[in-house]
Amino acid sequence: MLEFIEQSLAWLPDGVVALVIIILKILAIIAPLMAAVAYLTLAERKIIGYMQVRIGPNRVGPWGLLQPVADGVKLMLKEIILPSSANRFLFILGPILTFAPALAAWSVMPFSDELVLADVNAGLLYILAITSMGVYGVIIAGWASNSKYAFLGALRSAAQIVSYEIAMGFAIVGVLLAGGSLNIGDIVNAQQGSLVHWFWLPLLPLFLVYFISGVAETNRSPFDVAEGESEIVAGFHVEYSAISFSIFYLAEYANMILIAMLAVLMFLGGWLSPFQGIPFLEDWFAWIPGIVWLLGKTAVFCFLYLWFRATFPRYRYDQIMRLGWKVFIPITIVWLMVVGGAVVAQLGPWFD
Amino acid sequence: MGFEQIVFYIFSAILVFAAGMVISVRNPVFAALFLVLAFFTSAVIWILLEAEFLALTLVLVYVGAVMVLFLFVVMMLDINLAVLKRGFRRYLPVGFVVAFIMIVQLVLIVGPEQFGLDKVESPTPRAADYSNTEELGRVLYTVYVYPFEIASVILLVAIIAAIALTLRKRKHPRFMSPEQQIKVRREDRLRIVKMKSETKL
Repeated sequence: MLEFIEQSLAWLPDGVVALVIIILKILAIIAPLMAAVAYLTLAERKIIGYMQVRIGPNRVGPWGLLQPVADGVKLMLKEIILPSSANRFLFILGPILTFAPALAAWSVMPFSDELVLADVNAGLLYILAITSMGVYGVIIAGWASNSKYAFLGALRSAAQIVSYEIAMGFAIVGVLLAGGSLNIGDIVNAQQGSLVHWFWLPLLPLFLVYFISGVAETNRSPFDVAEGESEIVAGFHVEYSAISFSIFYLAEYANMILIAMLAVLMFLGGWLSPFQGIPFLEDWFAWIPGIVWLLGKTAVFCFLYLWFRATFPRYRYDQIMRLGWKVFIPITIVWLMVVGGAVVAQLGPWFD
Repeated sequence: MGFEQIVFYIFSAILVFAAGMVISVRNPVFAALFLVLAFFTSAVIWILLEAEFLALTLVLVYVGAVMVLFLFVVMMLDINLAVLKRGFRRYLPVGFVVAFIMIVQLVLIVGPEQFGLDKVESPTPRAADYSNTEELGRVLYTVYVYPFEIASVILLVAIIAAIALTLRKRKHPRFMSPEQQIKVRREDRLRIVKMKSETKL
C-alpha cells in the first residue's frame, strides 16, 4: 500500500512525498479514532441505559446506530454563541488547546510491533508532557467565558488534573523502571512470555493507581466535580455551544481511549496474546493479529469507564484531593522502591 | 536554507515575540500565557538541538505544572492595572538603557569571537537509536551524584520553609476526617420513631 503511494508520487520532490505519506498515516490514525469516539458516546448511553434498566437511544437508524451521526450533524449546524463580555480570542482558543494535545498524544502510540507513526525513544515522556498541556484549554475556557460557574469549574478541574498528574507520573516511572525503556514498543516487548509476565502483577498497586488517576485526569465520573451539574451547572464549558462545545467532548473521549490504551500497553501486554506460553491455546489463537488483542483489551477499559459512571456516586472535592495527595502518591513512592529493589535483585520472571 | 534552519527561525521568532509580549502586555493573564508560549517554543528549539529529554521535561514541569499554578494565582487575584502601569513612562528610558547594556554584553560574550564555528566545532549528529535520557541519567547518578542530591535537598528545604511560613492555624478548623466518616454506623445516627397514625376526630 505504502510502496504503491510512494511510486505513484515519485514525480514529486522527496520532501513532498514524505510529507504526503506522513499526513496519510496521521489520517489513518485520526479517522478511526474519531469514529471510535463517536461510537463510544453511543456505547456510553446504551450501556448506562441498560444498567439503569432503560433502553437508551434507539430511534435513529437500526438499534440507534446512527445516533452519533445525528448528534454530530446537529452540533455542527447549531449556532456558536460568543458571550458578549467574553474574551473572544481566548474563548475560541480554549477548545482548540484541549483538542490539539488530545490528538497529538496519539502520534507515538504503537498499535503493533511495526505499526507506529513516530517510534521515538522518549515516547512515554512525550505522552506525559503533551497530555499535561490539555489543562490549559480548560483553564483558558473557564477564564475567557467571564462567568463564575465556568471559572469555578476550571479552577476545580485544573487543580484536580495537576494533582493526579503526579501520581500518574510516578506510576509511569515504575513502568519504565520495570521495562527499562521509555519507548512504548520496548515496554510491551519486555512483557513477552505469558499472562503472568505482564507488568500488571509486579506493578499491581501502580496499575490501579494509574487507571484511577486516569479516570480523574479525564474528569470522568466519579471524579467529575469540574462539571458537577448540581453545583456549577456544567463547569468550564457552560458558556460554550454547538461545535465548540462538542470539541471539549471529543477531546475528553479521545483522552479516555488514550488512557485505556496506555494502561493496556504498559500493564497488560499491549498486543501480546493472553494465551502466550500456554501449550495448545497459544497455537489455536496464533492467527489473531496483535492489533485485535490490543483493541479488545482497550475496549474492556473503555467499558470500565462507563461502568464506573453508572455505579459510583461523585466524590466530594476534599476527598478527591485527599485521595490524590495522601493515598496515591505515598503508595506509588513506596512501590517505586519495591520495584527498584526487585530490578536490582533481578527478581524473576519479570526482571531477569 | 535547510528545513532545520527554517524551523529554527520560525520558532525563534515566535520565542522572541512571546518573550517581548510577556513584559509589554497589560493583562497579567495574557503575560502568563505568553510565558507559556515562550516555554513551549524554547522546548521546540531544544528538540532541534537533539536534547529531547530536557525539552519534554521543560514542557512537563514548567508548562504542565508550574505555569498552571501561576495562572491560577494571577486569575484569582484582583489586580489593579492602573497601579501596575503607574510610572511606566517615567522609567521607560532607564529600562531602555539597561536593556541596551545587557544586549551589548550578551553580544560581546556569546558573539562569534568566542563561540564561532572555528572556536567551537558543531557537534556531529548522533545515531537515531541514541538515547539522550539514558545518557543524562547515567551522568546524573554517577559523576554528578553529590551536586544532584544536594540540589534536591535544598529544594526540599525550600518546600518545607514555604509551607511553614504560610501555614496558619485556624481556630475552628472545618477539617473532616474521612476515616471517621466511614466508621459511622446506622445506630449512631438514625433513630426510627414508631408512632400510631392519628385518627380523625
